[in-house]
Amino acid sequence: MIEALPSPKPSTKPHPVPGNSPPMIKVHSLTKKIGQQEILCGVDLEVRMGETLAIIGRSGGGKSVLLKHLVGLMEPDGGEIWIQGQNIIGMNERQLGAIRQKVGILFQGGALFDSMTVENNIAFPLREAGERDPKVLHSKVSEMLEVMEMEGEEDKMPESLSGGMKKRVGLARAIIRRPSCVLYDEPTAGLDPVVADSINRLIRRLQQRFGMTSVVVTHDMKSAFDVADRIAYLHEGRIYFHGTASELQQSADPLIQDFLLGRSDGRGD
Amino acid sequence: MMVRFFNALGAPLLSFFQYLGDLVLLAADTFRSIFTHRLRWKLFLNQVVEIGLLSQLVVIITGAFTGAVFAAQTFFQFNKLGMGSAVGAVVSVSLCRELAPVLTALMVAGRVGAAMSAEIGTMKVTEQIDALRALAVYPVDYLVVPRALAMMVSMPLLVAECIAVGIASGYLVAIFMLDINGTYYMANMVRWTRSRDIIMGLSKAFCFGILIVFISCHKGLTTREGAVGVGRATTEAVVNASLAVLICNFFLTMMFNIIYPAGYQ
Repeated sequence: MIEALPSPKPSTKPHPVPGNSPPMIKVHSLTKKIGQQEILCGVDLEVRMGETLAIIGRSGGGKSVLLKHLVGLMEPDGGEIWIQGQNIIGMNERQLGAIRQKVGILFQGGALFDSMTVENNIAFPLREAGERDPKVLHSKVSEMLEVMEMEGEEDKMPESLSGGMKKRVGLARAIIRRPSCVLYDEPTAGLDPVVADSINRLIRRLQQRFGMTSVVVTHDMKSAFDVADRIAYLHEGRIYFHGTASELQQSADPLIQDFLLGRSDGRGD
Repeated sequence: MMVRFFNALGAPLLSFFQYLGDLVLLAADTFRSIFTHRLRWKLFLNQVVEIGLLSQLVVIITGAFTGAVFAAQTFFQFNKLGMGSAVGAVVSVSLCRELAPVLTALMVAGRVGAAMSAEIGTMKVTEQIDALRALAVYPVDYLVVPRALAMMVSMPLLVAECIAVGIASGYLVAIFMLDINGTYYMANMVRWTRSRDIIMGLSKAFCFGILIVFISCHKGLTTREGAVGVGRATTEAVVNASLAVLICNFFLTMMFNIIYPAGYQ
């Protein structure tokens, strides 16, 4: 049966998380306004070490904004974000550098450096960390390309890659320094179902092989069910539901049912 | 009525001062980074090639035709007073103190400033700058510092080249087209051109280089709204940098004239 039925009222406290592992990320009362629009209105969230959390919600609901806050790419108006016990709010760009080495991010479009080859894109974080030996760089890039199932694509430029390949290269670049946590911004958006499935398998494999904590922002329910240990539903700037995939599926809440079944409830008619 | 007038005046003024403040903060951040963080030599040398080497043709043509036309115009006026042989001195001093630094800066603002703001602006709107930040690389260290240093090195050299080419072309026009006596021409030029004129020109070049690089990089880093935004940022970078060069040139001239007064002393 349903164990943690979501309250129709948005919650104000962090949701309980199964397991005893310490929290990798803790978000408390996060608020953000862009222009006149309130995007986040007090988000509380906890991501435990080694788990995969999917954040779902409608397009334009603030999922990507929340994700960018987790790595300090956006500054909130209020609230706290704790990464492995360190509050990142108020840190300057240089202090955030240390946090960003622990947390990698895959951008929606890959955000590859378009003047660099695939190899140079993937090797970029290592070069910036001071690795200069071409043999070491090449072997690490080859290893990552093998994990991404993209062997032999080293010399291609980003413009000649498909959407799915760009995301894989972006992911390889994000994880080459083995961060403790990876954030995925819509990893399957715009991809055909087969490629989307391969990306989902990749996320699972990375978690199993490297034990990485993952936060996946998506509105693709198949992707969320495939990869997530737990799912958080972001609605009107707050975490409306937080639980396992089966709890979400069994929820009788009409709002969640509408989202799962893709019902627009006559809006836009 | 008055309140509305001051409101209308106040908003652009505030945004102008905020813009100046942002530029100063970017410059402060860049200089702090130059002295406290490692330099990416490869990026720096790439920028020296981009700014210095690839601007050669533009600067040579600018210098050559400015020197030539200035020699001709000066001769047409001075010859009426029997001072044709003074053309060399006028061309040389004018090129050193004003023409070469300003015209080179305007050409570099158009060629290099536009490229800088377009490149950085495109990186901004395609999330590449966010990717840099997410990979623990501070964009000022990676994008602005190599460009700023390359500009500080390249601009004085480009202006020196412009002065040399301008003087040479002025000499050729004077000797072969205007029939001025070459010995008098050279003697007057050497007599009236002092090292302080050259120092003033090169110092101006350094200042203009700094203006161009920070205005262009700032425009790139603050680009919004996709392709249209990149186009707008590029145009604004060139216009703002050119205006800044022309306006600052006046104040630099007045300031340098106190330190290095013009004329033979």
